Amino acid sequence: MIAAKRNLFRRLFAGLCSGLLLAALLPLPASAEENSINVYNWGQYISDGTDGYIDVNAAFNEATGIKVNYMTFDSNESLYTKLKTGGSTYDVIIPSDYMIGKLISEDMLEPIDFSHIPNYRYIDESYKNQPYDPDNAYSVPYTWGTVGVIYNTKYVDAEDTGSWDLLWNSKYSGKILMFDNPRDAFAIAEGKLGLSLNTREEEDLRAAAYQLIEQKPLVQAYVMDQIYDKMEREEAWIAPYYAGDYLMMAEENPDLAFYFPKESFNLFIDALCIPKGCQNKEGAEAYINFLCQPEICGENLEYLGYSAPETAAKEYMDPEVTGSDIAYPAEDVLSRGESFLNLPVEANQMMDSLWLEVKTQGGTDPYALWCMIAFVAAVLLYLAASRIRRKRRIARRCARWKTEENKI
Amino acid sequence: MKTARLTTPYLVWMILFTIVPLGIVIYFALTDSVTGQFTWENIARISNYGPIILKSIWLALLSSLLCLVIGYPVAYHIAQQKPSRQHFLYMLIMLPMCISFLLRTMAWVSLLDDTGIINNFIRALGLKPLPLIRTNAAVVLGMVYNYLPYMILPLYTVLVKIDPRLIEAAQDLGCNNGKTFRRVILPLSVPGVISGFTMVFVPAVSTFYISQKLGSSGTTLIGDVIESQFKAAYNPNLGAALSLALMVLVLICIGIMNRFSNGEEVVTL
Repeated sequence: MIAAKRNLFRRLFAGLCSGLLLAALLPLPASAEENSINVYNWGQYISDGTDGYIDVNAAFNEATGIKVNYMTFDSNESLYTKLKTGGSTYDVIIPSDYMIGKLISEDMLEPIDFSHIPNYRYIDESYKNQPYDPDNAYSVPYTWGTVGVIYNTKYVDAEDTGSWDLLWNSKYSGKILMFDNPRDAFAIAEGKLGLSLNTREEEDLRAAAYQLIEQKPLVQAYVMDQIYDKMEREEAWIAPYYAGDYLMMAEENPDLAFYFPKESFNLFIDALCIPKGCQNKEGAEAYINFLCQPEICGENLEYLGYSAPETAAKEYMDPEVTGSDIAYPAEDVLSRGESFLNLPVEANQMMDSLWLEVKTQGGTDPYALWCMIAFVAAVLLYLAASRIRRKRRIARRCARWKTEENKI
Repeated sequence: MKTARLTTPYLVWMILFTIVPLGIVIYFALTDSVTGQFTWENIARISNYGPIILKSIWLALLSSLLCLVIGYPVAYHIAQQKPSRQHFLYMLIMLPMCISFLLRTMAWVSLLDDTGIINNFIRALGLKPLPLIRTNAAVVLGMVYNYLPYMILPLYTVLVKIDPRLIEAAQDLGCNNGKTFRRVILPLSVPGVISGFTMVFVPAVSTFYISQKLGSSGTTLIGDVIESQFKAAYNPNLGAALSLALMVLVLICIGIMNRFSNGEEVVTL
């Protein structure tokens, strides 16, 4: 009887434990009645209420009652991976032009119902119907901007600046940062070589990769969002990055300066999209509409430093920002800019594998290899020697016992 | 026999989260990323990363050895103390592990940076700043710092259990201190050495965070490559093949280490 009881307890205990373990795996019960959307955006890419600027997500919640679950990514590629591997659903994502093209070609975006986005009319015509989304069915421009070089005037001589060559200048070895995503990194090498930023020729891509490999010993680190910290603390002196982020960094460290290289550089548009599998399309469209409202757009982008795709928003911005020739460069500067197009699959794969080659190149000195071989050899020798010694010792002992036995 | 039932939860756990995922890794490693067909290509591509794998193993071995050299005297010293003191010292060893591993590595970054605490101090003295961060030495330092407790704890567990009478006997029979250590204490602590070595080596060889934060753009380790396959390049098949290769290599290394113990039981934490 007692044994049976104990058995029952054991069974209960085991069952309880397995149950608990499995329960821990289940997602927390989502509060179904709550109206919320999941927004997946770049890091530091929305006004969040710091320094007295508007808190966009809170304002949206107040205006519509929809709660925003806000998450960030640090490159178009990691956004793509996240969408591709699944497991999480997003209602609004903000990829860049070429990635939107890729997502459309792989049927990963939901067409937007523009009747729910009346504020779309404020978007300037020149940002509509872009090559990445020719019929403008899947995206609403959020910001646009340029890529240039940020440098620290305390350490970098003015005569060295002006072109992409600064990033290859051995004088500043170890103080140069570089983009940690293939598309932006290759675009810089291509610009330096005078190639199109959308080249799909294997030869051109190899030439660009060769440039990046040559540059690698000078590069302190391949980074994305970490660039803020490293440049502001002067741990690094030179970095190519988005112009809008320079404006933010310059507020923290006034020694930072920016220039557009004399070669071609990337001109990008980041746009709001709704991915396939979204859970709250209406909420997503309300969010997109809200961000296009000139007042919100103006206040948000005044904080961000990126350029606004709607003229109406400029009324709500500080004239100092809208007059900045970094956020809104002159026509002749803009004419050097080139937008990214979605490359064919083969070119993308080629770029990915060349990028991996760049990242894994060098750094393995033959000295380490020899040390390792010597170490392994020493270990094996020691093993063999100790085994032989032990055998001999045992043999000797046996021999001694035998002679002593014989004596007795 | 009856206690077997108590292990059911863990058994279920192990099948679900160790055996099944292992099968998935093998499946991914042997299929093509686009077509999903069976292929050896991912395995064949591993050879491209040979130098990086070797470098990872080398740095991990170096760190494990350093941990052993630093950790053995510490463990021995703790084992010699009064029990109350032992508990206190044991706690001190464990204490850093209560703080997130990522935070502790970030702390080293702010110490070693060119504009970090140490170099700012050197500069304040009017000396030339030292190239501390972004070197192999910094990566090894990060590994040793983070994994040292995993070496000390199993060593301590073994050393504290050594029967003091054995040491007395050795001394009575004419062994001096050096000889007692070599012939009695060291052989008896081999299981602790092996398990400590394994517990430092295995996480060190697959680390990617430490090498990213403390290493240079040239100290890419195999963990970084695997991470980038999943996070950036989106080639989980090659990533799976690389992790499989790493796993096999680690098992071989552990196999070699276990030969030292000559079949003695290996203790773990």
